[in-house]
Amino acid sequence: MRLTFDRVTRDFVTPGGRTYRALDDISFDVRSGAFTAIVGPSGCGKSTLLNIAAGLLPPTAGTVRVGDQPLQGLNRAATYMFQQEGLLPWKTVAENVALGLVLAGTGRAEAHARARDWLARVGLTAFASHYPSQLSGGMRKRAAMAQNWIIDRGIVLMDEPFSALDVHTRQRMEGELLALWESSKKTVVFVTHDLEEAIALADHVVVLSAGPASRIVDQHAVTLERPRDLMELRTAPAFVEVYRAIWAVLRDEVVRSQEASRG
Amino acid sequence: MARSVTFWRIVTGVAVLALWQGLVSANLLDPFFVSRPSAIAVRIATWIQIGTLWGHLATTLEESLLGLLVGAALGISLGFALARAPFVAAVCDPYIKMLNAIPRVVLAPLFLLWLGLGIWSKVALAVTLVFFVMFFSTYQGVRDADPVLVDNVRMLGATERQLVRHVLVPSALTWIFSSLQTSLGFAMVGAVVGEYLGATRGLGYVISQAEGTFDTTGVFAGMTVLAIVVVAASALVTRLERWLLRWKY
Repeated sequence: MRLTFDRVTRDFVTPGGRTYRALDDISFDVRSGAFTAIVGPSGCGKSTLLNIAAGLLPPTAGTVRVGDQPLQGLNRAATYMFQQEGLLPWKTVAENVALGLVLAGTGRAEAHARARDWLARVGLTAFASHYPSQLSGGMRKRAAMAQNWIIDRGIVLMDEPFSALDVHTRQRMEGELLALWESSKKTVVFVTHDLEEAIALADHVVVLSAGPASRIVDQHAVTLERPRDLMELRTAPAFVEVYRAIWAVLRDEVVRSQEASRG
Repeated sequence: MARSVTFWRIVTGVAVLALWQGLVSANLLDPFFVSRPSAIAVRIATWIQIGTLWGHLATTLEESLLGLLVGAALGISLGFALARAPFVAAVCDPYIKMLNAIPRVVLAPLFLLWLGLGIWSKVALAVTLVFFVMFFSTYQGVRDADPVLVDNVRMLGATERQLVRHVLVPSALTWIFSSLQTSLGFAMVGAVVGEYLGATRGLGYVISQAEGTFDTTGVFAGMTVLAIVVVAASALVTRLERWLLRWKY
């Protein structure tokens, strides 16, 4: 499923009554089945862009197209994995994973059978009847991934899903995400502030400028071959080359955002 | 840890009672004003023996439970409705605060007048106390539902009704259960105060009768029974709460 941003602008009204422009005239195209990463300094409106793609937030101007259709209301072709997982604390892991199916009216027995399959895929079979509060951070991410992927939609939106994890867990989760994605035909939009993560995962990296009024300052194709070995990739010369090229642009934005936040 | 807590709890209780008894025996305190633990124990034993205690206790418990049920039902449904209708909530806000500010003791004679000396005037008093606790926790619980959970469930395909069922109700329930303890205490306060001011049965009636004859032993015995019942009931509620909110532990 293709996803297109066409001149998307988003303003917010501050509590003081002034208008704050978060995103300014953003246009880009996510090919069907491609893995696109959006990077930018903190506060640049990455999450806002994803909320617009999800249909949780309407753009002030411009349109988002899903396939050929302009998006209206919630994006029913997409799932959304949030920075904090959004697992319901009062449901067990199995109930959480089955939730999307239950909401769609699938019978309990079938929903739970399919949830069991997904729990096996993400290695959580032994934790099916635990509650989210009883899981480690990495396990919660796996449960959230299963919760999202079980409903099988064409587009997967992810908002810094692994940023709260330690480095090693994070690398494992990235590997598991790539394995899942490679066996599917899903379109992924992955927001992160970590350029290494963006390059390691994506086919295409979009760089946003520091806010306010974030624009696209660079778009870069990543042609590293797949499947990628995330353990070795980061030291490969081809990786370093892409990293240097994008960092040259991103660096200025990071500096600008730090200067702005220092006031 | 848990064991030493229990141990020291018992030690504290026994020490206070022993001190009380000792001070009275040594003529440092006048038993006319403060009675004494041994006399209070004997009084309670007598009540149990001649069987008058159970009837009074049953009346008080009946009033409290009815007050708790009715107050909870009203508070939860109105809390939910107003949380889903922000405009109506904003309109009603000052009136709810005004009603909550009324001292309940002032209402008791009115309820006696309207509903008579039977249990319903006490139930009504308990309801006015329980209602607000339940109302505010439900309202807060629905309004405070984590926006990430709401967005996540909507993205997973929930309709408005499913959103209420899977996110808003459970979110409010955690607040409601957490306030059960307070509500139960308030329900008993309502019942006993109502009985105290005008009744023919119940622990509040027993206490007020004893006070009328300067029978301090009777007053303390009534308070002791009440205290034991509250502690037992709140232990039950704690267990219920732990089970209902088991996903938290």
